[in-house]
Amino acid sequence: MSITTFIIVSLIKTALALFVLLTAVAYSVWLERKVVGRMQNRWGPTRVGPFGLLQPAADGVKFLLKEDLTPPHVYKPLYIAAPIIAVVFALTSIAVIPIGNPVTIFGLTIPLQIAPDLNIALLIILGVTSLGVYGVALSGWSSNSKYSLLGGLRASAQMISYEIALGLSLVGVLIMSGSFSLNDIVAAQTGVFWGFIPKWNIFHGQFVAFFIYLMAAYAETNRIPFDLPEAETELVAGYHTEYSAMKFAMFFMAEYANMVTVGCLATLLFLGGWSGPVFGPPLLQALLPVFWFVAKVFVFMFIYIWVRGTLPRFRYDQLMAFGWKFLLPLSIANVVVTALIVVLQQ
Amino acid sequence: MPDNYFARYLPLLLHFLIAGALASVIVLLSWLIGQRKPTRAKLSPYECGMTPVGDARERFSVKFYLVAMLFILFDVEAIFLYPWAVLLKELKMFGFLEMLVYMLIVLVGFFYVWKKGVLDWGETAKPRGNA
Repeated sequence: MSITTFIIVSLIKTALALFVLLTAVAYSVWLERKVVGRMQNRWGPTRVGPFGLLQPAADGVKFLLKEDLTPPHVYKPLYIAAPIIAVVFALTSIAVIPIGNPVTIFGLTIPLQIAPDLNIALLIILGVTSLGVYGVALSGWSSNSKYSLLGGLRASAQMISYEIALGLSLVGVLIMSGSFSLNDIVAAQTGVFWGFIPKWNIFHGQFVAFFIYLMAAYAETNRIPFDLPEAETELVAGYHTEYSAMKFAMFFMAEYANMVTVGCLATLLFLGGWSGPVFGPPLLQALLPVFWFVAKVFVFMFIYIWVRGTLPRFRYDQLMAFGWKFLLPLSIANVVVTALIVVLQQ
Repeated sequence: MPDNYFARYLPLLLHFLIAGALASVIVLLSWLIGQRKPTRAKLSPYECGMTPVGDARERFSVKFYLVAMLFILFDVEAIFLYPWAVLLKELKMFGFLEMLVYMLIVLVGFFYVWKKGVLDWGETAKPRGNA
């Protein structure tokens, strides 16, 4: 493949991925409103289109038409840059995520991944997602409002605290697979135990790590039960109190895009990626892995919404104590036990 | 796949630039299309309808700095574990024991921080009567 074809193919993939991701973001919001609505015994959106399916489009238009207010008391460069930073890093991390085996179209073998064959893909994801904290911290500080400042500080402290547990929970997976490449990590999870249980990391010794990852991921994305940065009963809206119109919506875009990324990562690291039963004619065989991948991510998103409909919010001291005094020692213990077992088995 | 090693990172860079352009365009569009009818009350910082007292450039709890410092220490530990974890199957028992020593040293620091109360937020819990 020449360099020109390579660039054209990757540009097409980027366009497709961004389109799919933004649509997924819009419809996760719809799904969340619908599901939480049903859990609270009400309907959720029903007016715009059948089942309220056009609601995300209506919301998008509304956000564009609303007044884009820049209050005079803010520090303008950072105030405008903060939502852009949040969205950019949320959208960038999807670039290294593979969603299936390479496919061959018109004689070209195309990996289903924007930046293929990066041997440090996992490190890139961790790096890019942790840069997302800048969007939150800068928006909180630059708004020059007390609620925003408190929300921004809380969010930054919470995100960096849980990042340690998140990072340590991945060490077990790295030990099992021996590679940073997401393709290799998925490849290491093929096969079955006793003929029917898939050899995914969640069933293969990393059960505890999966739950540490899950909880840390909820805190990283500022979701209930860890949504203290935007605890509306005490902080109005947290770090985006002073934002309006599209800039306000961009923080939500970033949050939901991060949820999708976290779901993709959980699927790749713990749930075997795109592995699943593959059968039927060639076209179906090509599509099924992608379908399994999307299905697993969807389950993950649904659990996110389910948790939101179920759990109350933590108190801040409880949140910090949970992260530092429970998740961190537990993840270190998980690393030691996994390493010991792997070393002894050799 | 091009031969040049750094060409592999080209798609990532392109994706980053396109995402940046997309986000900027969205902000710009909203700024161009949105109507503007500013009033004095609308432009004041939001404080639940009260007239704001001072601004937000005030002191805040030193705890946030401590958390940031601890984050650097422990995140470096986590990153230090990564290359070791990838190579563990080759390093075998020797590598495991070496890392165990390192982790014990880190845990001594963690224990010290814990006992110093850096990880305790809010007021220290006092024993209460059976209410």
